[in-house]
Amino acid sequence: MQIQSLYQEIILDHYRSPHHKGLREPYDAEVHHVNPTCGDEVTLRVSLKKADDGPVVTDVSYDSLGCSISQASASIMTDLVIGKPVGEAMAITQEFLKLMQSKGEAEPDERVLEDAVAFAGVSRYPARIKCALLGWMAWKDATSQALAEPPQHQETGLPS
Amino acid sequence: MTLDVARIRKDFPILDRQVRGGRPLTYLDSANTSQKPRQVIDAMTAFYERHNANIHRATHQLSEEATEAYEGARIKAAGFIGAADESEVVFTKNISEAINLVAYSLGNASVFGGAPAPAESRFRLGPGDEIVVTEMEHHSNLVPWQLLCQRTGATLRWFEVTPEGRLDLSTIGELINERTKLVAVVHQSNVLGTVNPVRQIAEAAHAVGALVLADAAQSVPHMPVNVQDLGADFVGFTGHKLCGPTGIGVLWGRRELLNEMPPFLGGGEMIETVWMDHSTFAPPPHKFEAGTMPIAEAAGLSVAMDYLSEIGLDAVHAHEQALLADALTRLGDIDGLRVLGPDQPGDRGTTISFEVDGVHPHDVSQILDELGIAVRAGHHCAWPLHRKLGVQASTRASFYLYNTHEEVAALADGIRQAQKFFGVV
Repeated sequence: MQIQSLYQEIILDHYRSPHHKGLREPYDAEVHHVNPTCGDEVTLRVSLKKADDGPVVTDVSYDSLGCSISQASASIMTDLVIGKPVGEAMAITQEFLKLMQSKGEAEPDERVLEDAVAFAGVSRYPARIKCALLGWMAWKDATSQALAEPPQHQETGLPS
Repeated sequence: MTLDVARIRKDFPILDRQVRGGRPLTYLDSANTSQKPRQVIDAMTAFYERHNANIHRATHQLSEEATEAYEGARIKAAGFIGAADESEVVFTKNISEAINLVAYSLGNASVFGGAPAPAESRFRLGPGDEIVVTEMEHHSNLVPWQLLCQRTGATLRWFEVTPEGRLDLSTIGELINERTKLVAVVHQSNVLGTVNPVRQIAEAAHAVGALVLADAAQSVPHMPVNVQDLGADFVGFTGHKLCGPTGIGVLWGRRELLNEMPPFLGGGEMIETVWMDHSTFAPPPHKFEAGTMPIAEAAGLSVAMDYLSEIGLDAVHAHEQALLADALTRLGDIDGLRVLGPDQPGDRGTTISFEVDGVHPHDVSQILDELGIAVRAGHHCAWPLHRKLGVQASTRASFYLYNTHEEVAALADGIRQAQKFFGVV
């Protein structure tokens, strides 16, 4: 089945056992993104910290509903960006976006994208690219918002 | 009367296609858009090759022929749905535009200055007035009414849907009252297949002087629909779900209403006289057809209606009901599969949406696609309905006259393969 190129084992593994799932505190920004064609959604939080050479991603936590592609993609994304300087994490995001726009023609750079190279097959299925990008776009949006505010953890108002 | 499905399939060139590396196409997405028979494709080609011209506005022979093709389609459509005459048939680009036409016409009636003539006041909405819809609506029969309420200050109310996927009509006496100005209801649900008692709802609405619009996009292609029997004041449907081309839809409206309603889109061909500061308008249907209309599409739609009439909508309906019974049985046998809406035949059409435990609709449809089976996944433009049924999204298989029992079996088999692939069985 050609479908194996879409549903790589690594994607199915992350789908069954997603990494870093669940909303955590503290966080600097929270976003809610929806895929309007199917109703898939993700709520995602980003926590940043200041460092000498720019901000660093200390945590990305999320709660999501969606298909295998969107769930696995969010899981792999958190593996790739947590602990990285924001600049580097944004560069990885750009690389992933490039891969998704490649229509199956790209040779993904495994040193940059690591497990996310498994999504190369998704770029051949235009209807699924949005699924793969849902978590990434939420991360990018949340991080941009966090950078616009001085990094300072928000209180949720929940009883502690 | 039984359909000769093998012969019908020969009329649809696309059904010979192979997809995804050599799989024969199993097309189960006709509720989304139907495939087109050779006769329709040829009619549109012939129009462009032999008769193309603009309509109603030139004296040359080609324009006469084009006008005849276009107005002939209107006469055909009137006959197809049992309109009193063709002046009750307005062409639009699709049913969304047909519904928006009514909504914007009412909006215009509501904001135009001056004292309304008594006949016009029934089109005017303001604070205190109510529009009634249902939770079962496609977004195209919901959002235009939300917008109209925003523009006029009227209140939107709705019938709820029962867990079985039927309208809860127990509230009809309270929902439809002297404040109700319009009731908009889907004839056959594009998700659940449920066929609603439009006539009963229309009678309640008319008893309080309200207007009724029926969205018949999913019923007119699949069963004989007569607008007089349906009892609504406006009925919309679209050509592309009816073996016809995209880009053309139909709004049927009662003549006396279309006469009184203000126009929606302004432009060429919809006028009677024009001065710098005001205009008067053509009688219906032309009052509602501004600009160059989808002429070749009308020629195609006309042939699509001929095609279905020749086969007989009764025969199409009977064939689909047999497919439905087969599909409900086969899908019902699959562990972990839940059909949304009525799970038995009777007052429902052959659109079947379902959930598969542990496999997201996108993933179900992706595996089916790999097998050459085309279905739709998502909320099918009926997000509030999915929310009401507690479902994030669903997979939808929908059938038409060209589908076979072998294809029903292929669907059931494909769903089992998806379950196996994702390890839920």
